[in-house]
Amino acid sequence: MLKVRIIPTLLYKNFGLVKGISFDSWRRVGSLLQAIRVYEIREVDELIFLDITATLEDRRPDFELVDDFADECFMPLTVGGGIQTIDDVQQLLEVGADKISINSQAVYNPALIDTVAKRFGSQCVVVSIDVRNNANGGYGVYTHSGTKPAGIGPVLAAKRAEELGAGEILLTSIDNDGTLSGYDIELVRQVCSAVHIPVIASGGAGTYEHMFEALDRGKASAVAAASIFHFTQHTPIEAKKYLKKKGIPVRL
Amino acid sequence: MKTVAIIDYGMCNLDSVGRAVEKCGGKYLKTRNPKDLYNTDGIILPGVGSFSEAMAELKKRSFIPIIQNLVLVEKLSFLGICLGMHLMADKGYEGGETTGLGLIPGTVERLCPDSENTRIPHIGWNEIQLKKETKLFQGIKDRADFYFVHSYQYVCDECYIIGKTPYCGSFNSVIGNENSYGVQFHPEKSLRFGLQIITNFLKLC
Repeated sequence: MLKVRIIPTLLYKNFGLVKGISFDSWRRVGSLLQAIRVYEIREVDELIFLDITATLEDRRPDFELVDDFADECFMPLTVGGGIQTIDDVQQLLEVGADKISINSQAVYNPALIDTVAKRFGSQCVVVSIDVRNNANGGYGVYTHSGTKPAGIGPVLAAKRAEELGAGEILLTSIDNDGTLSGYDIELVRQVCSAVHIPVIASGGAGTYEHMFEALDRGKASAVAAASIFHFTQHTPIEAKKYLKKKGIPVRL
Repeated sequence: MKTVAIIDYGMCNLDSVGRAVEKCGGKYLKTRNPKDLYNTDGIILPGVGSFSEAMAELKKRSFIPIIQNLVLVEKLSFLGICLGMHLMADKGYEGGETTGLGLIPGTVERLCPDSENTRIPHIGWNEIQLKKETKLFQGIKDRADFYFVHSYQYVCDECYIIGKTPYCGSFNSVIGNENSYGVQFHPEKSLRFGLQIITNFLKLC
């Protein structure tokens, strides 16, 4: 049986790992290599690495950096941040990324999704969708680390990404991000029921029960989390033990 | 120490496969030159990408007849990983109908969802149900989990099937014929058990 995945997210900014609240108030949370080593020992299901300032600073991905830490990574690795061209994707795959995550360009240059999927296969294309609550109770997609409104809703954005050949959606609630108050289950549910590709729920995990809700009610295929692992005693392995007790298939 | 050639056709993460080989006590030679294949103990064909593009790249670099000769005639050990496994087939249908390497009789077809809730690609950790004994899985328990990420599957005769995985019904996740093996999962990304597969393959070389 296919197991659900618990995926630690590593956010990178100015030479170190950080974690914020609602894409702001960034706190340093230590060295990248150290974190990867710990997750390697703990045998986590997968890792997501995002360079959160690359697009804002109009930088390309830091290939050398990825090359360095991918050495330590005998588990699946998704890399995002600053990807603008098919060459960026090719280089990231060559230095050890298994999947690449496209966020801003999925909105401004959606043809890139199609090009990458045709050349490297859909299975390596993750489209990352960052979402804020609107004043009128709806949802809006944001790019550039949550700073620019894209003028589109998450359901339509996800459907478009799937049509263009994305293999997976990384869906983050900016409002819930870093709050430890739980995933936006309604958002997860809406997007999961609109597409037929796997959706990774992200933003807000503070307890193992939150993960259960995103998987059970939200129908996510995987949950990503950062703060809960950085700032609390919770670990991916304990999360999986909890989920198993509640009848969710996990790899232990 | 065994040296394996890792075929570089310009579209995948060779480094992680290479590092896995090193971690398992082997040496690797990343190559774009088919002549290099003559000087190694085994061949790994890794893979990310689509079938038709990958075959076009192999053709462009003149790999096809040399791989076929070394594997089918000289009986050099061969391991195809994910798309690399698919390329072992006679034919693939990803990106249009394309002729494959023809190392193990079969075709590569899209996974077909068996329920409303089945999502494609098949991404994540899933188990291998072993159908026959194989040195490739020595020291690995039945139903161990490995990491998958794919939308297509290898369809072949029962006699080549070593392991199956329950998804979209059930698909062939490990195949083999004499000196050649194909795995649908990524051993280089499957932590402990994945590295055991690489270690076992090095022993077979």
